[in-house]
Amino acid sequence: METVEQFIFYVSQNSGYIWEQFYRHFLMAAYGVLFSAIFSIPLGILIAKYGKLSSWVLAIGSIIQTVPALGAMAVIMIAMGLGTNTVIVTLMLYSILPITQNTYVGMKEVDKNIVEAGFASGMTRFQLLRMVELPLAISVIMAGLRTALVIGIGIVAIGAFVGAGGLGAIILTGTNATNGTAIILAGAIPTALMAIIVDVFMGWIEKKLQPAKVDKPKAA
Amino acid sequence: MLEFKHVYKKYADGTVAVKDLNLKINKGEFVCFIGPSGCGKTTTMKMINRLIDVTEGTILVDGKDITNQDPVQLRRSIGYVIQQIGLMPHMTIKENIVLVGTLLKWPEEKKDRRAHELLKLVDMPEEYLDRYPHELSGGQQQRIGVLRALAVNPPLILMDEPFGALDPITRDSLQEEFKKLQRELDKTIIFVTHDMDEALKLADKIVIMRSGEIVQADTPDEILRNPANEFVEEFLGRERLIQGKPDVTTVKQIMSTSPVTVQTATPLKEAVSLMRDRRVDSLLVVDEDNVLKGFFDIEMVNLNHKKVTIVDELMETNVFSVAEDSLLRETVHKILRRGMKYVPVVDDHKHLKGIVTRATLANLVYDTIWGDGTEMEENSRVME
Repeated sequence: METVEQFIFYVSQNSGYIWEQFYRHFLMAAYGVLFSAIFSIPLGILIAKYGKLSSWVLAIGSIIQTVPALGAMAVIMIAMGLGTNTVIVTLMLYSILPITQNTYVGMKEVDKNIVEAGFASGMTRFQLLRMVELPLAISVIMAGLRTALVIGIGIVAIGAFVGAGGLGAIILTGTNATNGTAIILAGAIPTALMAIIVDVFMGWIEKKLQPAKVDKPKAA
Repeated sequence: MLEFKHVYKKYADGTVAVKDLNLKINKGEFVCFIGPSGCGKTTTMKMINRLIDVTEGTILVDGKDITNQDPVQLRRSIGYVIQQIGLMPHMTIKENIVLVGTLLKWPEEKKDRRAHELLKLVDMPEEYLDRYPHELSGGQQQRIGVLRALAVNPPLILMDEPFGALDPITRDSLQEEFKKLQRELDKTIIFVTHDMDEALKLADKIVIMRSGEIVQADTPDEILRNPANEFVEEFLGRERLIQGKPDVTTVKQIMSTSPVTVQTATPLKEAVSLMRDRRVDSLLVVDEDNVLKGFFDIEMVNLNHKKVTIVDELMETNVFSVAEDSLLRETVHKILRRGMKYVPVVDDHKHLKGIVTRATLANLVYDTIWGDGTEMEENSRVME
């Protein structure tokens, strides 16, 4: 019971601070994924078009994914120093795989017949991409962004170690304090909440963007 | 309109898909390319709108070499229909129909008008315009696929087994609809199929291909009468060759020209006594200009005679009829497949011209089996 009371007390006393860190945390995650998307989506489209590159790119993405986030951050810190930029760059690297892979799969899953029909109707490569392939792949691409963002929220929490702030900083304060369980919770619960809210919200967008179901013509 | 001059298609691995193809197609012709799979018919078709590049030789569309034209502009000026339909699932029917118009940056009102016009051609109600492809049946989807090819009114349309994935009855009605449409709009059609019946039914000219070469290119009648070689004979099948002769008979030649009819607004009592006098169980209803309006049979009379006073209220207006110049072979097919007792014959303006009944067919079968009677005599002599 004591922890709960302490938790409520801490939160009520520091609500402004928690909110500020919550916001900061979210922005770091969002920027990381956004910057990553700027080159990962085109990369995914590229490897979907030129199949030979795909295994290489996806392999490199997987290798990055296996490096522990804390380790990666420490290495990047050597180059970029302390602060938010290091976290955002780390996050960009970690987002490459989910975004690229989903873009690749989404583009590959577009019905070849529809692409052929569009192409034969006189679409240029770019029109084909803009009017057919992207609209049909967008929900799968969104699923990639969703995964990247949820993973990203977790990675940003570690960012407190390189002095980037965020909700991780509150958790860190808690681990350093004696009997800091309540403070740890004050950092951890909002982090979890953020991940859940983002997941639900992005899931909703994903569903909205889903193109109408493709039916095969009914053959009797 | 379209001309192939010594066209070759060779692939990097040495396979030759099309070999020295020479062919001239006139405006308004319906040409079917047919042959076993791998004979190069689809390759030939796809070379026309440069989906596949020609290795050697030239293809001229309207006298212009296609290799000198921008492939994107070329494709926009040639209609294209594929077996898998390929409607854009994220676009409404309207957007799908006027897709090429959108690519050509037509103004919104023009696209709107065109979509309405085209949908009328296939007798589909306007509310379909705002629906999505997956809400339509396969047959309806392919109708839209055909309309998409017609949208910017291209003189030339390429079709790659467009009705191949549909069930037989839908295919039948779509073929008919499309043939009618083609005649009305005077389009040149290149139609790839492997279904001989389809080719015989639709084509003005059939091009039979084997391993990249043209074996025979002629009208359906000519091919049936004089197949060029054994391959063509085999491809046509023995049955069709035997049927080949009666195949060219039209409905007009065998129909009975005096069907039992009543005028619209005839009292039911009169109609029934006419049925009794003429010993028929069904009557065709026509108006004063002899335009077919409907029909009714004795069963309908039996069910409704208390409620109805004149024939108009009773008759079924949805009558299946055939044109005078349709081939007998197909008409027989339809009568048997749909289980009908008879089918009225009408001209282009729905004027009733005659009727083909099952009795007519029975006569025909007797004639085919026993000829004009001489063979029967021979048979009976043998029996003796």
